[in-house]
Amino acid sequence: MHVPDGFIDAPVSVAAGAVAVVGVAVSLRGARRELDDRTAPLAGLTAAFVFAAQMLNFPVAAGTSGHLLGGALAAILAGPYTAVLCMAVVLGLQALLFADGGLSALGVNITIMGLVTVAVGYGVFRLLLRVLPAARPAVTGAAFAAALASVPASAAAFTLIYALGGTTEVPLGSVAAAMIGVHVLIGVGEALITSLTVSSVLAVRPDLVYGARGLIKRPELRTRTVSGSGGAAGEPSGAGA
Amino acid sequence: MGAGHAHRLYLPGRSPVHRLPPQCKLVAVLVFVLAVVATPRERIWAFAAYALLLAAVAAVARVPYRLVLRRTAIELPFVAFALLMPFVATGERVHWLGLSLSEAGLWGAWNILAKGTLGVVASILLAATTEPRLLLLGVERLRMPALIVQIAAFMLRYADVVAEEMRRMRIARASRGFEARDLRDARVLARSLGALFLRSYERGERVHLAMVSRGYEGRMPVLRDVGATAAHWTAAAALPAAALIAAVAWSVS
Repeated sequence: MHVPDGFIDAPVSVAAGAVAVVGVAVSLRGARRELDDRTAPLAGLTAAFVFAAQMLNFPVAAGTSGHLLGGALAAILAGPYTAVLCMAVVLGLQALLFADGGLSALGVNITIMGLVTVAVGYGVFRLLLRVLPAARPAVTGAAFAAALASVPASAAAFTLIYALGGTTEVPLGSVAAAMIGVHVLIGVGEALITSLTVSSVLAVRPDLVYGARGLIKRPELRTRTVSGSGGAAGEPSGAGA
Repeated sequence: MGAGHAHRLYLPGRSPVHRLPPQCKLVAVLVFVLAVVATPRERIWAFAAYALLLAAVAAVARVPYRLVLRRTAIELPFVAFALLMPFVATGERVHWLGLSLSEAGLWGAWNILAKGTLGVVASILLAATTEPRLLLLGVERLRMPALIVQIAAFMLRYADVVAEEMRRMRIARASRGFEARDLRDARVLARSLGALFLRSYERGERVHLAMVSRGYEGRMPVLRDVGATAAHWTAAAALPAAALIAAVAWSVS
């Protein structure tokens, strides 16, 4: 859900814009640490991936379908700072080119769908990894919890902004209950897709899962002599790709 | 990246609106949208004036109204939300056709519909009259950090490539008899997504190596400069200025 123009009043929109600018500025410095001079192409391609992944609809229940927000997924795979940049760029281009989300609400959208999902998602992920064993199922489980927490957190942040600058008097309790309730459901879908995606990347290129670097070693290419045949099967086959 | 560099959102043309430097158009749209959002919702005539202004811009730019209308479908989810407002909002109720509606809710719905639609139409006109590439140049001209602009440029350049890659995976799944029915099928979709991430990221690594081998040092060379003169700025200021005049005129009267 991209917030359009007129949903949040002008002063709060501008304030959220300031929050977004600070968040993106901090991430610009952080991303250089994560990716050095490879930042532009890698973050750009990750942003293109998030953009494409948001187009992937998955059925939720009874004919309704949801799509990925992608904040937690991008943070776990590419690192939190890069993820904020990716989300900000995706949201910015969606507003500029597709009129998806208002230009005046861009700060609100970046704050709730970029900063909050990444911060909560990545925070939960790293906290859980600290107590869980370093194994693939644990990383997958942590990714599940991270994505599950990130979506209602984003909804809660929206409710907070709405309480500050909403343009219609709606009982806040019911807004909060409806928003967070619906988004817990959406969060389950997000968590399922996120954790399975992280798990499948872990299986092939664990070095590319930023949030779990060094935890899981890349599977080695092993060679073994098969008894009886000897010779050819035991040839060293190089260090792998 | 063979054919089709012109984006499908962009409507090629040579109108004065098309020819304005992108940074001028960006600032004009941003100020216009902020003015719309800041206008009190009770000033219904001011919103009519805003709509007329946008219609005039569309006419000058020769953007067909039908095309604009079709693209406003993007805001449908929020139209649904707005229509709910009169039922859930608090405050005094009015009765109409046997329905009990909240007056504040009706104003709220009007507020979202009017401002949201004006914002969407302004963005659609901007995208229809400005090539995405130029839009990014304009953003860079407005002092956006170069790294953000580069990331956006890469995303723009490769979004179609990645989306096509995803489409091929979908065809591959479908040709093997897969159809997503419920949440249990998420496992298959997520595998594809994992593969898509790997392909995107590895493509990024290859692109980086290709760039380094061509002398990339963190900055992109400027191929085309889009300077703006005072005349350009004045022309672009017409839209927000007229909007401000409209807003003030109705507050005085």
